[in-house]
Amino acid sequence: MVKSRSAYSVPGKQGKFDTHIIVVWVDNEAGVLARVAGLFSSRGYSIESLAVAEVDPKLNISRITIVTTGTPQVIEQIKLQLKKLVPVHKVADFKKEDKNVIFREMALLKVVGNNLKREKALKVCKKFNAVILDKSSKSVVIQVTALRKDIDLMSKNLKKFGLVSVSRTGAVAMTRGAEIFK
Amino acid sequence: MSKLYSGAEIVFKCLEDQGVEFIFGYPGGAVLPIYDELKNHESIKHILVRHEQGAGHAAEGYARSSNKPGVVLVTSGPGATNAVTALTDAYMDSVPLVCITGQVPTHLIGTDAFQECDTTGITRPCTKHNWLVKDIKNLSKTIHKAFEVATTGRPGPVLVDIPKDVQFQKTNYLKFKKKNKLNSESYNQFSQKNIDDLIKLMSKASKPIFYTGGGVINSGPKASELLRELVNVTGFPITSTLLGLGAYPGYDNYFLGMLGMHGSYEANNAMHDCDLMINIGARFDDRITGKIDEFSPKSKKVHIDIDPSSINKNVKVDLPIVGDVAKVIGSTIKTIKKVKPNFAKSNKQKISKWWEKIQKWRSINSFDFVNSTESIKPQYAVQRLYELTKNKDTYITTEVGQHQMWAAQHYKFDKPNHWMTSGGLGTMGYGLPAAVGVQVAHPNKLVIDIAGEASVLMTMQEMSTAVQHSLPIKIFILNNEYMGMVRQWQELLHDKNYSESYTAALPDFVKLAEAYGCVGIRATKPDELDDKIIEMINTERPVIFDCVVDKEENCFPMIPSGKPHNQMLLGPKDQKENKITKKGKTLV
Repeated sequence: MVKSRSAYSVPGKQGKFDTHIIVVWVDNEAGVLARVAGLFSSRGYSIESLAVAEVDPKLNISRITIVTTGTPQVIEQIKLQLKKLVPVHKVADFKKEDKNVIFREMALLKVVGNNLKREKALKVCKKFNAVILDKSSKSVVIQVTALRKDIDLMSKNLKKFGLVSVSRTGAVAMTRGAEIFK
Repeated sequence: MSKLYSGAEIVFKCLEDQGVEFIFGYPGGAVLPIYDELKNHESIKHILVRHEQGAGHAAEGYARSSNKPGVVLVTSGPGATNAVTALTDAYMDSVPLVCITGQVPTHLIGTDAFQECDTTGITRPCTKHNWLVKDIKNLSKTIHKAFEVATTGRPGPVLVDIPKDVQFQKTNYLKFKKKNKLNSESYNQFSQKNIDDLIKLMSKASKPIFYTGGGVINSGPKASELLRELVNVTGFPITSTLLGLGAYPGYDNYFLGMLGMHGSYEANNAMHDCDLMINIGARFDDRITGKIDEFSPKSKKVHIDIDPSSINKNVKVDLPIVGDVAKVIGSTIKTIKKVKPNFAKSNKQKISKWWEKIQKWRSINSFDFVNSTESIKPQYAVQRLYELTKNKDTYITTEVGQHQMWAAQHYKFDKPNHWMTSGGLGTMGYGLPAAVGVQVAHPNKLVIDIAGEASVLMTMQEMSTAVQHSLPIKIFILNNEYMGMVRQWQELLHDKNYSESYTAALPDFVKLAEAYGCVGIRATKPDELDDKIIEMINTERPVIFDCVVDKEENCFPMIPSGKPHNQMLLGPKDQKENKITKKGKTLV
């Protein structure tokens, strides 16, 4: 047996990773995003995407949506640690596979090329609520709203049709039906 | 119109309303308005330290020995950054601190002004919460909130950063309404069903153990009383973490000694072999669990804690109970008395075999050491110190290293709040300033810092604080000229390559004591130790005691790295007498 030379224990078995969407309602005050993001980085949790904006100007509440991956134990810790932060009001957690929750990301795609290329590009985007926001004789800016994996695929497919620039938001989430998360 | 107060006045009005008696601090440019106001508030005494880290640790010592929040007041920039170690220490060990820092005027924030730093940014990961008060109208509300956050739930440090211009501005003072019961409803999430489930597990168990931690101390003296009653009512064995020592008497027969890396053989083996582990206010730290995969493999685990995020963080438990320790133990005792009034008696038979097994482990006497008539063994020194001070309501602080473990092993605490040590962060240099804080809280009590010569040099300047404020602390240095724990690990894990762990050119501690205007005592032989210790106790001024001990003594027993609890490395006596188990032997 190789003798360990550390006074710390060796890592144990790692559990299976799942993707979760964590939604956090916070006071919209200076530094609150740094608190939330800092919690993730200091404890070694991952952030795949992050979206944040004020949703209630009267009560001064912002809604932060974070896509993260982790073992069930880590996801549980993320929720409990977030709840301990003073400006945090409530924390919701959705599994990516959850059918009762809608997830959306938005992307702006700039395609530069001749007519044919631009039309082909539009065709690729058609399924994903494509809206043309800007047009010139050489270029087009397309807005799409879709799931992360769809946008990934789209930007891959658009390469050959002259995609020159991509700007994407993090995911936002909302439950289906009349219920809201309390 | 009501009277207008300046920001500096509001700071003191808040402190007065919070019942603060002492501030530990150091002045500087950005807190001068607050220091200017100090003279008008007689009920608040300022303890001037020599370094802001010392202020933080002193406030920690004050808080832990008195169950009140410690208050720190320092300036911007270096004042704030120097306090970071103490804030982190308090965060790890759940000590309630309120740190007030000065900041450059609001219009200069972000311009790299003189003595500016991003204080709230730097201290965000080492406080429960912090605030930068840019608007005078929020000041009183924020300071009161700061005290609430620091002292409720799992306690911890908070920081309020006040720009200098805000300290001058004027506004109304908002009186604060004290909530009747802190730590009430929102923190006690447990139900009677949880308690019933716990009692069900307890009556089924044949190899139970209580594993208690600093949470019992933080819950207040009542929790320690209830813990003693709970052990009596159940007849279960109990072990404690480093920070939990004193919650249960160290000399009692039910007590198996401290557990963990340098814990007792019986405590660690009992943790490994038990079938029911009841964790009360501890957090499954890695120095306790060793290798997680092999940690107490056959037990049902119960975890009682006020902080939901401490539960299932490191170790998955079967029954989580979220609540204040005193409340949970209280309900448990009440229910046991109602449902099974003769619990201990009826259960005695069932756990008698378990106790037999524990006695067998105990007979190994794992804290034992080979004593000497030539040189002072550090363990012997702590034992003598204990014997000579145990009837004096003594408060003990420590630095970090071998001496800390020997103090924990050989000093038998019997009361909560009498043991102050840096557990989570392991801060060398904690003990001396902590002793200053303890002595401030308990001016007529004997306060001893059991120290190592390397640790104590990190904050030695605070002797000057002790002298200035007539705080007769006793610094009992186990001087082996090495960073002992570093040397031990190098001996055991790095082929005796003692890289940079020997301190050449140490000061003469007796002369150093005299230079600070306190008393220096040196002991070099075992037969003079008792007399010298008595001389130290009887000295009414601060003392530096240079106890020259065996240079190469190691701290045993020890759980080697990556090993489970039942594979402990025992001391030289056991190794020589061949008493150790087969499993233990393979490791030597």
